[in-house]
Amino acid sequence: MQSACLKMIYELAKKDPRVVFIGTDNAPGLLSDMQADMPDRFFMEGTWEANLIGLASGLSADGFIPFILNHATFITRRGYEQILLDSCLQKRPVVLIGSGGGVATAHLGPTHTAIEDMAIMRTIPGMTVIAPCDADEVTRIMPLILDWPASVYLRLAKYGKPIVSRPEPTAEIGKAILMRNATTQGRGVLIVSTGAMTHRALAAAELLSKQEVDCTVLHFHTVKPLDQPTLIREARQARLLVTIEEHIFTGGLGSACLEVLADNMSARELPDIYRIALADEFVQNYGSQDALLEKFEMQPIGLAGRIARRIAQTAR
Amino acid sequence: MTKTTGLDERSLYLRRQVMKGLASTGKGHVGSAFSLIEIIRVLYDDVLRFNPREPHWPERDRCILSPGHGCLALYAVLADKLFFSADELSSFVQLDSRLGGCSESTVPGVEATTGSLGHGFSVGVGMALAARIQRRDSRVYVIVGDGELGEGSNWEAAMCASKHKLSNLTVIVDDNKVQCSGPTHRVSNFGSLAEKFTSFGFLAQEVDGHDLNALKRVFQGVPYDVGRPSAVICHTVMSKGLPFAENDAEWHWKSNLDQEMFVKMHAALVTG
Repeated sequence: MQSACLKMIYELAKKDPRVVFIGTDNAPGLLSDMQADMPDRFFMEGTWEANLIGLASGLSADGFIPFILNHATFITRRGYEQILLDSCLQKRPVVLIGSGGGVATAHLGPTHTAIEDMAIMRTIPGMTVIAPCDADEVTRIMPLILDWPASVYLRLAKYGKPIVSRPEPTAEIGKAILMRNATTQGRGVLIVSTGAMTHRALAAAELLSKQEVDCTVLHFHTVKPLDQPTLIREARQARLLVTIEEHIFTGGLGSACLEVLADNMSARELPDIYRIALADEFVQNYGSQDALLEKFEMQPIGLAGRIARRIAQTAR
Repeated sequence: MTKTTGLDERSLYLRRQVMKGLASTGKGHVGSAFSLIEIIRVLYDDVLRFNPREPHWPERDRCILSPGHGCLALYAVLADKLFFSADELSSFVQLDSRLGGCSESTVPGVEATTGSLGHGFSVGVGMALAARIQRRDSRVYVIVGDGELGEGSNWEAAMCASKHKLSNLTVIVDDNKVQCSGPTHRVSNFGSLAEKFTSFGFLAQEVDGHDLNALKRVFQGVPYDVGRPSAVICHTVMSKGLPFAENDAEWHWKSNLDQEMFVKMHAALVTG
């Protein structure tokens, strides 16, 4: 996903003189083409991370659109107060690109697992939180950011594949996308997911369909602002709503859905709600992202099994 | 000019304008507001390019007050320069006032919201870079407090400014030598700030922060070197102009200024 994102930054910078790239001691040669073509709008900076957010807000005050790249853990934590005060409070938008969202770099230990990043970004008034599901969606969403009036946290997963998103003629920030529509009549299973869990949710839905459990899958690339009308409309038609995210239970997509549903639906209208997320504890395992998600029963087979068990429990 | 403090009538007048804000609710950061007056006065009287009828004029110079709690000094000068009515000073920190207890960019003429320490310097670095990219000759002046320099983000910003050779950036330290809990040399113990800024790649000058001619000379003299940001260490007196409050950490923040005290403060701020 990161390579698609970087390529798009360069493309956007060619068309829009407001676009500035700010790296944070990233890999050598990163965006070297942009550096060569427009050196005054390419900054590869040191690890002065809090400073960079303030600096970007200063650029934003004078009309620039800074895209700042750093690991998801560091970009959300090291400059949190600068994001809050220098950018969001003063409406000086910056784009925070967090690479390695979730457990993508768990092999480096708990310092590098971004498991609460969406929660802390979501609590900032005016902040936008976006977690695309694949590289193509990154490419489609990024041009929309240029005219978006608020700061954006763009959470990138490690891999841009598999591609499951489709070109949406009406793609917009803050609008959920129906990825799979249940065909059976009556109140069914609604799976709500974000980021790189969406392709796993779709695969889980396929597995469940073989057990004659027909699922609708709704993808929220934008976790904040959440597409409330679509969530409420689909939830009214569901008997079970499952939220899936590569994030702790606290403050992420599942929490956001619960807030919207509690505020807008009566107890009688509410479906059964089952949240699948990372436990409220630091990740103490290493290994690959796939291996960890399998351990946490968050790969397609694990997800399908958990959803089937939930259905069985509630049917009793 | 007063015999005891050596302040001229304009400096006394601006302090009396600060008093209007303090009188609003009897609260305010007296010490910083009074140590800052001459620095801000000279910048706006003799150095900065600005247009109060068009506060966001792109070609303006930028002045950021990073220790936002000293905002009454900035507000007094901005009102004096007609960015907003001086009558507004009397609404300071009241419910529906737009003048809060720390400077905010929603107030005409204020370039950045500050109040949490260690933010203004980095924002100023960004504004200086923006001027360079946009080929503007705007200059950026960031005022920081001495106690504020304990925030590590300032030194991140200093390294960054130096790396980018931001000669259009000047950092002005209001070195009043007292922070909230006591003397800065005891609480933080920075040593020589001029040496620190020099080691971070700045060319630094030191000046009496209440000497109008000296301030004018050093502020107008920037940059001191091609390709280097500038630093001016202004040696100031906390609560300058109030002999009974000078250098007293108790006057960093006051929340209980009563009528008797206001009479005493006013008496110190008249020519005689």
